[in-house]
Amino acid sequence: MEIVLSIVIVFMILGAIYALYAKDLLSALISCGIVGYGLVICFLLLQAPDLAIVQIVVETITLVIMVAVVLNSTREELKEKAVVNIDGVSYVHQRYIVNVILVVVFALFLLYFFKESIFTLDHFGEHVTRMSTAYIEKAAEQTGSANLVTGILFDFRGYDTLGEATILFTAVIGILTILRAKGKK
Amino acid sequence: MIVYLLCFILFLVGLFGVLTKRNVIKIVIGLSVMEFSLFLFFALIGYIDKGIAPIIVQNIPNAKFVDPLPQAMVLTAIVIGLATNAMLLAIAIRLYKKYNTFDIRKINSLKG
Amino acid sequence: MNGMTPIVKKVTQLIVGLIFLYGIYIITHGHLTPGGFAGGAVVAGSFVLLVLAYGSNILKLKKREEGSSVVESLGILLFTVLAFAAIFIGTKVFFANYLPKGVIGELISAGVIPLYNIAVGIEVAAALFTIFLALVIYKEEVLK
Repeated sequence: MEIVLSIVIVFMILGAIYALYAKDLLSALISCGIVGYGLVICFLLLQAPDLAIVQIVVETITLVIMVAVVLNSTREELKEKAVVNIDGVSYVHQRYIVNVILVVVFALFLLYFFKESIFTLDHFGEHVTRMSTAYIEKAAEQTGSANLVTGILFDFRGYDTLGEATILFTAVIGILTILRAKGKK
Repeated sequence: MIVYLLCFILFLVGLFGVLTKRNVIKIVIGLSVMEFSLFLFFALIGYIDKGIAPIIVQNIPNAKFVDPLPQAMVLTAIVIGLATNAMLLAIAIRLYKKYNTFDIRKINSLKG
Repeated sequence: MNGMTPIVKKVTQLIVGLIFLYGIYIITHGHLTPGGFAGGAVVAGSFVLLVLAYGSNILKLKKREEGSSVVESLGILLFTVLAFAAIFIGTKVFFANYLPKGVIGELISAGVIPLYNIAVGIEVAAALFTIFLALVIYKEEVLK
């Protein structure tokens, strides 16, 4: 189980690295689709059918919208060279040094906290969170629904669902406001 | 433990894309990859060995269920991620119509 | 925008009704199989397929996306009305589960959860379709 999951995650990492370095914007979007659909396979291997259905449809709609935005504008990536030749001596562009140092500093900082916290979790596949046994035993009688995830979403943690419906509504209003034509007189 | 480390590497790839790229579309792709790594991490924590999906069926009496609480949290987070991406793309459309480029270093008409 | 080749149009004509029906099935059986958000997303997917295959010239879409915005607002209004109705009926607590719970596994069971599923399903489907229309088809309205 761990081996199959590791192979799929390695494919996702390769796809993500190519998506950030492609010269053509359309190829970069297709590689972003590799990461999304690989995530669907991981959800199915981790026994979560609910999440897999939502992730497939949401990923497809996001890709369609991004392709429509890119096709109506330029398709090429911006060009910039790393090493510049002036009078026979080669200088490295200043932005690249700052970028590499910044990324290395962030990576070491986060790696330190990751190492400190990952050893509080048990081995993969045996970690039991504090509320899980209580939810699994009591949820069937107290809510009456056969699907435990729906029972938790609408009964035990109902305020999260209310907040999420509000966020979706606010996002739609925001998009309609940004793209409005210039106002009437 | 090695799956957790691979998931963290995916997060770092996305973070690198947000911090160092100049094209607005590449920044949106990097943010999207960061969110995917977080969904994967939550689903990995809730997995129990040889468990089945958390739905009660009549003819299987005593079954070991996978933890349902992280799945409920990720379900909310996927829809919120779509809303964020859509708003970023609406802003990108407006920027292209006004400045005719996707480069963030040339969008500086507030400077001065 | 123009539509696609006649093969795509014919296959869409045969399939889009089945996808819509499948989405409604997932929404209404929300307490027995994957629930309201997944069903809402599938229904939105069927509408997006219809618009992409036939093109917005032939379907004669209106100039602004009024219809789907109204449906989304009705969906979230229904959700709020159901949550407030818990104060007046049964237990006097906001957002509680007040209808009787039947046998586990039947279609009519689990209190007030199927009604919440229908409200959230309508709202998610209409919101995804409005986002698609605003960002792909109607953006020529900007800066005329």
